[in-house]
Amino acid sequence: MSLLWLVLLPVVGGLLALPLRDRGARWVALGALAAALALVCAVWSAGDGGRVADLSLAWLPQMGIRLHLALDGISFVLIVLTLVLGLLAVLASWTEIRERVGFFHFNLLWTLAGIVGVFLALDLFLFFFFWELMIVPMYLLIAIWGHENRTHASFKFFLFTQAGGLFLFVAILGLVFVHQQATGELTFDHDRLLDTPMSEGVAFWLMLGFFVAFAVKLPAFPLHTWLPDAHTEAPTAGSLVLAGLLLKTGAYGLLRFAIPLFPQASATFAPYAMALGVAGILYGAVLAFGQRDLKRLIAYTSVSHLGFVLLGLYAWNEMALQGVVLQMVAHGLATGGLFVLVGMLSERTHTRDLEKLGGIWDVAPRLGGAGMVLVMAALGLPGLGSFVAEMLILFGTFRVAPVMTALATLGLVCATIYALWIVQRTFHGENRGGWSFADLRAREAGVLAALIGALLWLGLYPQPVFDVARAALASLQGVVSGGHS
Amino acid sequence: MLRLAWLLPALPFAGFVALALLGRRLPRATATAVGVGSVGLAFAVAVAIGAAWLAAPPAGGAYVQHLWRWFDVAGFAPDVALFVDPLALVMCGVVTGVGFLIHVYATEYMRDEPGYARFFASMNLFVGSMLTLVLADDLLLLYLGWEGVGLCSYLLIGFWYRDAANGRAARKAFVVTRVGDTAFAIALFLIVRELGTLEIDEVLVRAAAQWPAGGTLAILVAALLLAGAAGKSAQAPLQVWLPDAMAGPTPVSALIHAATMVTAGVYLIARMNVLFALAPPVMTAVMIVGAATLLLGAFSALAQRDLKRVLAYSTISQIGYMFLALGVGAWSAAVFHLMTHAFFKALLFLGAGAVLLATHHEGDVLKLGGLRRRLPVTFWTFVIGGAALAGVPLVTAGFFSKDAILWEAWSRGGPVPWAVGLLGAFLTALYVSRVILLTFFGEQKHAAEPERGLRIQLPLVALAALSIGGGWVHGGFDRFLAGDAHGGEALFEVVAAVISLAGVGVAWLAWRRGLWARPDGALQRFWRSGWGFDAVYHTLFVRPYVWFARANARDVFDRGADAIAGLARGGNRLLVASQDGRVRTYVAGLALGAVVLLAIGVIFARPEPAGAETATEVRP
Amino acid sequence: MTSVPTSHVLLLAGTLFAIGLVGLLVRRNVVFMLVSIEVMLNAAGLAFVAAGSHWGQADGQVMFIFVLAMAAAEVSVGLALVLRLHQRFRTVDADAARELGGEGVASPAYGAVAADGGDE
Repeated sequence: MSLLWLVLLPVVGGLLALPLRDRGARWVALGALAAALALVCAVWSAGDGGRVADLSLAWLPQMGIRLHLALDGISFVLIVLTLVLGLLAVLASWTEIRERVGFFHFNLLWTLAGIVGVFLALDLFLFFFFWELMIVPMYLLIAIWGHENRTHASFKFFLFTQAGGLFLFVAILGLVFVHQQATGELTFDHDRLLDTPMSEGVAFWLMLGFFVAFAVKLPAFPLHTWLPDAHTEAPTAGSLVLAGLLLKTGAYGLLRFAIPLFPQASATFAPYAMALGVAGILYGAVLAFGQRDLKRLIAYTSVSHLGFVLLGLYAWNEMALQGVVLQMVAHGLATGGLFVLVGMLSERTHTRDLEKLGGIWDVAPRLGGAGMVLVMAALGLPGLGSFVAEMLILFGTFRVAPVMTALATLGLVCATIYALWIVQRTFHGENRGGWSFADLRAREAGVLAALIGALLWLGLYPQPVFDVARAALASLQGVVSGGHS
Repeated sequence: MLRLAWLLPALPFAGFVALALLGRRLPRATATAVGVGSVGLAFAVAVAIGAAWLAAPPAGGAYVQHLWRWFDVAGFAPDVALFVDPLALVMCGVVTGVGFLIHVYATEYMRDEPGYARFFASMNLFVGSMLTLVLADDLLLLYLGWEGVGLCSYLLIGFWYRDAANGRAARKAFVVTRVGDTAFAIALFLIVRELGTLEIDEVLVRAAAQWPAGGTLAILVAALLLAGAAGKSAQAPLQVWLPDAMAGPTPVSALIHAATMVTAGVYLIARMNVLFALAPPVMTAVMIVGAATLLLGAFSALAQRDLKRVLAYSTISQIGYMFLALGVGAWSAAVFHLMTHAFFKALLFLGAGAVLLATHHEGDVLKLGGLRRRLPVTFWTFVIGGAALAGVPLVTAGFFSKDAILWEAWSRGGPVPWAVGLLGAFLTALYVSRVILLTFFGEQKHAAEPERGLRIQLPLVALAALSIGGGWVHGGFDRFLAGDAHGGEALFEVVAAVISLAGVGVAWLAWRRGLWARPDGALQRFWRSGWGFDAVYHTLFVRPYVWFARANARDVFDRGADAIAGLARGGNRLLVASQDGRVRTYVAGLALGAVVLLAIGVIFARPEPAGAETATEVRP
Repeated sequence: MTSVPTSHVLLLAGTLFAIGLVGLLVRRNVVFMLVSIEVMLNAAGLAFVAAGSHWGQADGQVMFIFVLAMAAAEVSVGLALVLRLHQRFRTVDADAARELGGEGVASPAYGAVAADGGDE
């Protein structure tokens, strides 16, 4: 039952925040998320490290749809990330959002509820339900509180993800019917669908349906084009949630569903998926360098970083998968942090144009220092979380595909180029805009310090994350190798 | 005593944290105390550890201090652990000792900088990272230090960040070394896949046991490591970043771009020498890279007009010597030269810095001259440093270390590397004499302030002493490092001495005749530009990359999505146009539709019912 | 009495229908358009009668009476609309009442999206 509450807490919090104004809504949101965080930690620590909680209630029994939620290590890591970034998102929009504050936090919390649900659901119908649930409030976040081009960006975001969702839904139904024909049992339950007997061709097409849906969300090259628009136009909290969490649902979907449900088809498809990953790494990094809009630049770095995730997922060995889990967390913190930082910056300068920024270090050294650390995390500097993650992914992938790994490693050079470009154009150089404003306030410094501290921790002692994820990853790998035999 | 090893990197890191978090609020005296004190204490620890080592070397010739397990995934478990052995101790001594002197110097040199605390924070971070690099027990930790020093190099080259040119130089340095680092990273992937560990000792043991000499894997790994080392140590063809790195403050050039960081590649190869020995072709490649870089740097140094750029090319050239030595397998000679080079090149840079302080940052040697009387301490120490660099016999450290390399080149590599080394020695003596003559002799062309105080002069004198005395420990050094000592052949020492003195003599003659101040020829311009590497790289890599990124900034794949959107929008326009509000148009459409439907009915009417119809028609 | 062949009657009905249709398409005066519609209705009625006579059944005539009744109703509604039209636009020109055209109402919203997309 506590798992249901985990989803319901943000939902209820959102409803409570809806009629409130300003401070009230913010504190309610903080409270709801903190409570959920406490709850998930309590549930986890009560367990033994495997699937610590499992809730399965009848929902629509005629159609074999159950309310099946379960928490294992991967879910736990990602839910903690979700709730922590959610808390930071509320804090980061403390002064940025001034209109319809209640409705804003309602949308934010409902998005988070959808994401938490996605990470918990083990019934494919329920998963799809949460998958769609998170899109609508996210759309509203962009469309109402976004920047200049918000209408276009929100439409694009909605249509891309909705089109992906269509593929997902068709593939889910296809899988369920194939399963029903083979076994006579109508069920949407992930655990039961795992070893559905089906022909290779059918498995391949169904797998492709799942893959496309998740690849849009990830986003994998060349389906990434919604992301720069959405990230650029979203308000800070929206960018944070998009980059930090929403993209992870795509990776999570691949990890939990697309690959375990269709092990052989995925193995066949792996070289292509990895090639897409490498292409994304390089293409995203090169294009990031060409951008003038700071948020757009950071959005393209996400394409590059999530390319590593795709690469590691389809390498499918423990090292790469642990790297993928850590990369999801580290990317959420680092890129989320960059978006928060840019939010703070553009709140002061009212521009994100790299041609106009510059010399910020003169004005706000604390902002510059924090920016430097986050940028270094983006380029994968050792000592910060992304380094361990990317290295593990590459170590793992190298066993499977050395040439592709070598190409992906070139992404490190491209990452250096865009990262240093950010520093040069924003913090260094002359103060061309004549900027003059206050350095970070305590609340802002606290948010950034938390992110940087977490990144350092993951960079120097990431073992706790690996320990948490180990059992869950092992069982996923067991499922897949079982399917092979 | 050895258990204090963790303090070596920890002290400078602590200094960095303190300065980075509180730097702006600390009074300058406190910032100085933290910044210099942390490195000074680290030096004291290094000395103490060294003394303890000499008194009672630990069993096995190495001491490992495990700090914590970094992570443990799928049987791959790198530790954060420190590995202390003679090589690491020598490096620590150089880094902390020379580092401390340079920090002291910098307190005066950077006196009036608003970014004083930021400077010392970066310098401390550098020293900490460098010590991590040399003490790392695990290649992954070494990589951490490796990237860390790269970051500090970037931060410090671009220290005066308001000037976009400095930023460009800093980015160039970071990106070019990152190219080498990529090769290094791939080498790590290979090692992990094949040997399952990155712990250096274990890697060397397993590699020696599992990989046959001359095998593909050994060659591949060694070649990739060489590429990494070449990037960091500014060896051909990745040497292009170092001359530009002179944009940083002079203490930075002395510490990072002369004494320590740029020699990290030498350290890496020396550390992994067992693995390189398994790959003879790569050893040859190391030698060729060293020899080529040695000459390339020396010729370029000959044509430079900027004091610091001469020294930068000289550094490239001298590290070429070290690579040459590594390539013939004489790694202890390479490390010996690394150490003496750290002394005299740091000295030369600090001397150049003193000149720049006096002349308000006029670094063009053709515009300087006659500074010898105005800056006596600087002059004498600079001459000592120059003599060491030129390898003036018997009294300088550089003579002993360079002679060791030449001797090893002859005895292990044959006449060709030896001849290249000898030519390099001649050129070295030539360019360093040229710089000294142009800067300190002749008539004074540029106004100069008197010398600054003790904090400038003491480091100069100390380094000068080391530049002279550092060579006399040669025999002991070899025994300490490699367990045996080989003396040079007397004949070779004489030849080398004559060659370097000849270089000095030729430089003096040319100066007397005014040849150095003559206008440039094409060859000189070519040398000054660093053999045109920059232009080639710019055309081959930089321009296409920038062009592609800019031209495609709007993302060609987004046009696909736009095309779909355009289709929808176009369809919308088409249908909107059909709704023009004229009743007559609608009626026409109605009629047309009816006609079309009827036509379809007629054309596609199935024959059988039509036949049945006719039949009923016939009946009445 | 020589019987007129059914085909001739149908031809006449078709011609009448065509005349009515053309009238409806080319006239802008609403009254004439109504008259044209009457012509077309009667053409249809004539076709019904001819068909009824051809099959010897009364259904055709029943349908014609039905058409007549419907035409009367239609004319009354139509004329009422014409009056309203005249009152509103001071003309009986049908093209004056083009308010259902796409450009009038819906365009601003679409235009906004197009502008957003345009500067993308």
